[in-house]
Amino acid sequence: MAETRSLEGRAPAERPLSPHLQIYRPMLTMMMSIAHRITGFGLYFGTLLLAWWLNAAASPNAYAHFQWFAGSWIGRLILFGYTWALIHHMLGGIRHLIWDTGRGFGPSEREWLAAANLIGSIAITIILWIFVLLTMGGSQ
Amino acid sequence: MSEPTHIRTPLARVLGRGAAKSGTEHFWHQRLTAVANVPLTIAAVIILIALLGRNQAAVAQILGSAAVAIIMLLFIGSIIIHMRIGMAVIIEDYVHGESAKLTLLIANTFFAIAVGMACVYGILKLSFGL
Repeated sequence: MAETRSLEGRAPAERPLSPHLQIYRPMLTMMMSIAHRITGFGLYFGTLLLAWWLNAAASPNAYAHFQWFAGSWIGRLILFGYTWALIHHMLGGIRHLIWDTGRGFGPSEREWLAAANLIGSIAITIILWIFVLLTMGGSQ
Repeated sequence: MSEPTHIRTPLARVLGRGAAKSGTEHFWHQRLTAVANVPLTIAAVIILIALLGRNQAAVAQILGSAAVAIIMLLFIGSIIIHMRIGMAVIIEDYVHGESAKLTLLIANTFFAIAVGMACVYGILKLSFGL
């Protein structure tokens, strides 16, 4: 851009751009594509929690700090979101791997896959948390 | 695959890369690690849930045991490579300034290696009792 401007001595001509997000009616597959990217982004920084947990496990004092955080409401909220992001990104990844084989691109197939991805991730997350909260009830 | 003209050398045709000398490594590694991530993530979640209600000594002992430590190390290696490529794609899509893009791509690699090494250190410490 800078080179073009200095060479021509004026701003580049206003050329038409390819249609972007705001042009399209929101669709489930589009939203799921965005969700896949956002969950991946979140999981990226979530690895800091994994590093904390693994390093805290070496000392009783450090582990008590981690357990205090994981048991607090904000900690549980973050871990619940992290669980959903992980499951959602994993199911979305499987959907992308199916697409990589050339299958699942039909209009009904891609809608079905997107819906299964979303419903599956929410269902698995809730089931996992119910299981964890029930089994941990007595031991903490 | 027949070419209209045969300017390309036989080697170039066999390699099938066109004008590009490279470029599919990230695409391929992203899918390779994605395939590995599925069983490794399921295993890591099962390990995590099994450890949740236990005290620190038990967690340290189980996490440091050979099978669990190796699964966790494989899990970390695979997700770190996967997330580094994924974040690089996000940066390349949205950051258009050349110096800002380069800075963020460098930071992305540094973050991925640092957090990966921190996780590996945590596991090895439990395994070898350092």
